[in-house]
Amino acid sequence: MTFYGWLTIFLFVAVLTAVAIPLGGYMAAVYSGERTLLDPIMRGPERLLYRLMGVDPNREQDWKQYARSVITFSLVGWLLLYFILRTQGLWNFTGLNPMGFHSAPWNVTFNTVSSFLTNTNWQYYGGETTMTYLSQMAGLAVQNYASAAVGIVVAVALIRGITSRSGTSLGNFYRDFTRTILWVLLPLSLIVSILLVSQGSIQNFSHYLSFRGIQNLTQTIAMGPVASQEAIKLLGTNGGGFFNTNSAHPFENPNGFTNFLEMLSVLMIPAALVFTYGRLVGSRRQGYAIFSTMMVMFLGAVIVCYIAEAHGSPAQHAAGLHTGVLAGSTGGNMEGKEQRFGIAGSALFNVVTTATSCGAVNSAIESFTGIGGAVPFANLSASEVIFGGVGTGLYSILLYVLLAVFIGGLMVGRTPEYLGKKIGAREIKLVALGILITPLSALFATAMATASSAGRASIDTAITGHGPQGFSETFYAYLSQANNNGSAFAGYSGLIQPNAGNLGAHGITFADLLGGFDMLFARYAPILFALAVAGSLAGKRVSPAGLGTMRTDNPTFVVLLIGIIVLVGALTFFPALLLGPIVQGLTGHLY
Amino acid sequence: MSTDAITPTPGPAPAAPQERQAISLFRRDIVVRALSDSVRKLDPRVQVRNPVMFVVELGAAITTVTWLIQALGGSTAGHGSGSDPAWYTLTISVWLWLTVIFANMAEAFAEGRGRAQADTLRTLRQETVATLEDGSTKRADELTRGDRVVVVAGELIPGDGTVIEGIASVDESAITGESAPVIRESGGDRSAVTGGTRVLSDRIVVEITQEPGQSFLDRMIGLVEGAERRKTPNEIALNILLAGMTLIFMIVVATLRPFGLFAHTNISDTTLISLLVALIPTTIGALLSAIGIAGMDRLVRRNVLALSGRAVEASGDVDVLLLDKTGTITIGNRLAAEFIPMPGVAEAELAEVAQLSSLADETPEGRSIVVLAKQYGIREHDMARLHAEFVPFTAQTRMSGVDIDGQQLRKGAGDAVIRFVSAAGGRPPAELQLTLDRIAREGGTPLAVSRDSQVMGVIYLKDTVKEGMRERFEHLRAMGIRTIMVTGDNKLTAAKIAQEAGVDDFLAEATPEAKLALIREQQATGRMVAMTGDGTNDAPALAQADVGVAMNTGTQAAREAGNMVDLDSNPTKLIEIVEVGKQLLITRGALTTFSIANDVAKYFAILPAIFVTTWAYTRGGQGPLHVLNLMSLGSPRSAVISAIVFNALVIPLLIPISLRGVSYRPVGASALLRRNLLIYGLGGLIAPFIGIKLIDLIVHNLLGA
Repeated sequence: MTFYGWLTIFLFVAVLTAVAIPLGGYMAAVYSGERTLLDPIMRGPERLLYRLMGVDPNREQDWKQYARSVITFSLVGWLLLYFILRTQGLWNFTGLNPMGFHSAPWNVTFNTVSSFLTNTNWQYYGGETTMTYLSQMAGLAVQNYASAAVGIVVAVALIRGITSRSGTSLGNFYRDFTRTILWVLLPLSLIVSILLVSQGSIQNFSHYLSFRGIQNLTQTIAMGPVASQEAIKLLGTNGGGFFNTNSAHPFENPNGFTNFLEMLSVLMIPAALVFTYGRLVGSRRQGYAIFSTMMVMFLGAVIVCYIAEAHGSPAQHAAGLHTGVLAGSTGGNMEGKEQRFGIAGSALFNVVTTATSCGAVNSAIESFTGIGGAVPFANLSASEVIFGGVGTGLYSILLYVLLAVFIGGLMVGRTPEYLGKKIGAREIKLVALGILITPLSALFATAMATASSAGRASIDTAITGHGPQGFSETFYAYLSQANNNGSAFAGYSGLIQPNAGNLGAHGITFADLLGGFDMLFARYAPILFALAVAGSLAGKRVSPAGLGTMRTDNPTFVVLLIGIIVLVGALTFFPALLLGPIVQGLTGHLY
Repeated sequence: MSTDAITPTPGPAPAAPQERQAISLFRRDIVVRALSDSVRKLDPRVQVRNPVMFVVELGAAITTVTWLIQALGGSTAGHGSGSDPAWYTLTISVWLWLTVIFANMAEAFAEGRGRAQADTLRTLRQETVATLEDGSTKRADELTRGDRVVVVAGELIPGDGTVIEGIASVDESAITGESAPVIRESGGDRSAVTGGTRVLSDRIVVEITQEPGQSFLDRMIGLVEGAERRKTPNEIALNILLAGMTLIFMIVVATLRPFGLFAHTNISDTTLISLLVALIPTTIGALLSAIGIAGMDRLVRRNVLALSGRAVEASGDVDVLLLDKTGTITIGNRLAAEFIPMPGVAEAELAEVAQLSSLADETPEGRSIVVLAKQYGIREHDMARLHAEFVPFTAQTRMSGVDIDGQQLRKGAGDAVIRFVSAAGGRPPAELQLTLDRIAREGGTPLAVSRDSQVMGVIYLKDTVKEGMRERFEHLRAMGIRTIMVTGDNKLTAAKIAQEAGVDDFLAEATPEAKLALIREQQATGRMVAMTGDGTNDAPALAQADVGVAMNTGTQAAREAGNMVDLDSNPTKLIEIVEVGKQLLITRGALTTFSIANDVAKYFAILPAIFVTTWAYTRGGQGPLHVLNLMSLGSPRSAVISAIVFNALVIPLLIPISLRGVSYRPVGASALLRRNLLIYGLGGLIAPFIGIKLIDLIVHNLLGA
């Protein structure tokens, strides 16, 4: 551990908070229809988009109509993306397929499409060997925007349900969606893209470069419109890399500054939304309480991960290697990490990306130490509530808030209420289901995959065998997909690709389909439950808070909320974690 | 409330808050019945209503079958139980059955206590034959609404109804536990009679207001017995949460089998079932219904009948309390505060006349006059030595007094005394009317005092705030409840008393309509309102309030409108009702938290036991997960058994707390939450580590498992 390492972490948290508060205020204005700086520029395109989609943005929707719009929109998006990816070899006339790639097989495409639709960006493929520029730009990047916006609008709808005092309206999906794209995602992406290009990220449609390296072997350098896709990949907590190595690739993430910028981009909107929430419910303290909850858990994860990685791996110690700080070296476990980011930059990035549903990586998670590698597992086990994905993080933690209110509320001797609204049987049913879906699908899919030979076929036996590492990879794969995260313990595959460009490639149908359904189910079921909760809360009578009312904006509640999140995650995943990362963390023995 | 300001008749004195003796849980008949009930309730059709315990019962059945197969020499290897010895399967099976039985016992004990109370009540419902007004007779249980029956001294009143003719003293002790007889008369607010009570004097005609089998007594029996118990909204919500948790743990345990196989570890059905039962919230699942029944029972012990569990729950949520001023906040019996002499009369002289006229007056007002006169140095006179002749109060004269040495001393309502003095040839001074008006305006009650034809002066009777009310309102404020005083007084008086009593707000010059409007207004802002009432004109407000407590002395209409009846007719009882409601909810929350927190220790007991040899480097050695055996439990089987035994034993250990309720302190929500989180959250985390270790010491070290 170094002073600069801790300083990076401290600075990151400070800058994040400083950026998130005003951004949260701005987004509150966007969603309550107040005038903003961007109105003069965006009003025109906004009207145009409504006309193109043929929707009336002023029609108020109740939760069922809102949910129907979400589902319809997503279904159309799914079919469109599947069409683009499966026909990518037919669009060479556009000049966006300079390398002449074919389409990936149907099963991998099914997984990829479901993955980008659900904001997961789980990738069984390598971008530079599988996707044409058209697929990257018109297909994947479009869904990076759309899936992020869908997440945000669901959170906004839930906030409206919580705050509304009469009626059943949660707003209008198409209006919220369009405003999210135009007022929030596009402007921020533009800024981040330009900053990335300024640091060396590329943006072109060139043929890949080929040259002879110092070992006199032919090497290829992949090209493409990287910076534009990189920005939304992070801002929308999507995480699907343009290149296979994701944010470890120098064109995606050139240097220490961009590393900092990328981490900031990932957490910016999820953190800001919490402040947006505080403003929209009319009590900023509510937002601060949720922010504190997330931040405490986030810092806990960062500290553990940084210390574990800086300490080095058991194998290093067993080999008698020096793992402490030396002049010119930060020491620790550098396996699978980039020199330009170092231990702190990698550990922090790892936590940022697994706490949110981003899943972009700048280092190899499977090369982390047992404890350091258990941190992303723990983050995923918390079901996207440590800031979480854009929007998904907020609506997920709000479900936990309702659960905490229900149990804590009883303990102060009142039937539970949140912000003055009673939490009854219907709400608690929806909340319980909404919270349980993600862990359930993760466990269920992992069980299917570990118990069947079809599932075990995805494990790379040559490297890891069927030991704890094989279990970890499998478990991580389905946990990550269920949480719509998308990061991976490499080694678990769903695509066999002997040549770049998909010639002769075939997918592993079991893993592709199971993962695809895992993602779709764990994305849309909680969305429906969150919207149903919103519908159930909308128009409920609000009782004024008194001395006897449990406060949800003080440290006691933060402690209760953290306790419940940790307990639910731990009780659900402890047995599975035991057989993967914990076994590995407890022993230096290699299986 | 009928508080005819000028009538100094003693109203029903508010009974001191008394608590019925809690029926001991260890009465022989209760214990025997509870034990047999706990076995009878093993019926799956009963258990299926409680998903958590139903899962435990299923587990118990499966392990029993497994044991039977093992005992008969069959192979259970196909079910992963091949390596389990039969004694292990049997032990687990027995303790799983015990878990269900303990849960049943909690409920049976809670019901048993109520049933004992119901039995006492049932003896009242003997076969009585009612005499109808027309002379014909009818069996009591066939009486319908509208029948008019005649009841004379010594007879039991055959059903609930309203006195439409006559006046009688009635012994209601069987229902209220209060031994002093009460007066029931036609008209007014004390006309309601309850079936099963006994007329002690006189004859009354009662119009029956109940349908057969739905009398107050029937309902009361049903309530205390728990027969009419329906799940309350919050109980339903909590049940859903518990079912959800059971579901997730079923998936967790079900997926553990393939996970274990992947790690070359075969986990037996018996052990998996043990893990499942240890994890699902059996503690709260077992005690939930007992908590609800006990809540009702605690109210009954305070002589309050809640007509629905929903009302008990709602009382924990009360934000606003509407309290009648008279009899609740103030004593209601107005006490002498000042002597105001008329011109030409010395104050001491007035005091002496007032005292003499009140010597035989045993009403609180009369006694208070004597007490006040003492301050003027006037000794108590001996009636007998004075040859005084007492003139009692009558509704016609509205005066009382004494005739002493030929002098007629009187005190009474202003106009009555004026009439009396004028009739005797005197002329009341002009100041008299002014003084009377002033006192009335200030909310007091003036009593004029006269000697023969001379008006001596006026006694200022003041309504005084009961002692300790200020503290009680402080207490309520700390609970987060606002009190609103309701009074027929004018604003000035109301404000004065409100300030003196320390209530938060008041409604002056209240009419029944104004009361109803106030409740609606409070409810519109999302507040939960509780109120007490006894008059027919209170009925709409009682029905509108979220918690309406009718006084047992009140009219039938009031008793039907409210959702609780206070048998003591003590309006301040609301405070206790609210506390019982809060306790009920706190107990549920606390035990839920405890139940969930317990799981952590159970994981650390059972999982290392399951995976002790998993990924061991050497054949038969211990694997890396062995270090998670934090409690260093003796052996894997002993660990599983200890966890299950702890899980079962914690239920009977917590029965007392679930019946008594977790204590409630009005310290504000945050402090309360912190306190309960520490005790039941942190305590629930730590306690099982100690408990399981202790049980393991017995199971492993003593019994050799």
